[in-house]
Amino acid sequence: MTLAFDLVLCAMIVGAAICAAVAGTIFAAAVFFIVYGIFVSLAWLRLDAFDVALAEAAMGAGLTGILLLRALGRMPASEDRPGPALAPALAGAGLALALGWAFLALPESAGLGPVVRNAAPGAGAENPVTAVLLAFRAWDTLLETIVLLAALLGVWALSRDEAWGLPPGLPQRVRPDGVLAGFGRILPPIGAVVGVYLVWAGTSRPGGAFQGGTVLAAVALLVSMAGLAQAPRVTSGALRLVLVAGPLVFLGMAFIGAVLSLWQPGAAFLALPEAHAKSLILGIELMLTLSIAVTLAALVAGPPEDRA
Amino acid sequence: MGDVFSVILTSAALLFYVAGTVGLIRFPDTHSRLHALTKADNLGLGLLILGLMAQADGWVTLGKLLLTWVLALIAAGAAAQLVARTALGDRR
Repeated sequence: MTLAFDLVLCAMIVGAAICAAVAGTIFAAAVFFIVYGIFVSLAWLRLDAFDVALAEAAMGAGLTGILLLRALGRMPASEDRPGPALAPALAGAGLALALGWAFLALPESAGLGPVVRNAAPGAGAENPVTAVLLAFRAWDTLLETIVLLAALLGVWALSRDEAWGLPPGLPQRVRPDGVLAGFGRILPPIGAVVGVYLVWAGTSRPGGAFQGGTVLAAVALLVSMAGLAQAPRVTSGALRLVLVAGPLVFLGMAFIGAVLSLWQPGAAFLALPEAHAKSLILGIELMLTLSIAVTLAALVAGPPEDRA
Repeated sequence: MGDVFSVILTSAALLFYVAGTVGLIRFPDTHSRLHALTKADNLGLGLLILGLMAQADGWVTLGKLLLTWVLALIAAGAAAQLVARTALGDRR
């Protein structure tokens, strides 16, 4: 029975991917990409990879999908695709075949799972995924947060000179007693609780800074779209401080390790001292969440614009 | 007993989903398509969740399932209103 489910799910993933590649309009391609992300998230759930499923649903399908649709809204209105997608489709199929072959050619092995599970408690996080992200492979996570920041700089660089200094995105016009204003009042309290819970639970259960940050970013966007609060101007010092706070704290902790290594044999750049690892990881996660949430919200809102 | 309850309710839910999908494909304009989607799918989701509740192993799971339905109802309702209003603007 589960085999039947898995086969149907695989067929739907491949089907959605093919539809996205050959869709007649760019809008249809973007919609199929979102559908594809949701199916892939279900596949991660079937593999018991709850953290990846959460991240794929929130960022892969949700956030990237919105970014694609927003980019589409800025493109000149034309219904035809920029060219035949045959070459990219063939390249994608070739890559998939090569990866499949590489996977099947691998020798049987238990993988890194048992190693990580044994070392995770000493690293300050019972959730093995969080342990990998913030202890064993902290370097990758640090660079990821800086990439997000660089992406936001790229988006802001698209702003026109006259609009620079306004809040990110288009000015919002909302009827004060309308559906959107009411919706914007109901959802944020629930979303805020879910987002904070995801971060808090992240050290011992599925969740973490990226997943919680995405939920909080959605809350911030909803509040701003419903006209309940004005987003800060892009020139605001407080906004910029929040944007860099997470990577800065992360880097600061890393350098403290580097300085300690001068007289402590176990310490190193990016190595958290074992005695305080849990509280340090939680602290870094909280600051990262704040920065990720604000960065993602600003990315989706887009460059500041002065006319609708 | 719980299993029979689940099978009956989730099957009924699937019927509503099929009806909603047929409406989405067959109805002529945006507003009727929205009506098919929101009404049939929200009822379908409700029945599906009632059916799953019979399989829940505690009050926490029951609460989460119920919250899922309520949130989906609110979100679908609000989104449908917004799409309908935008469609009205396009027609004028």
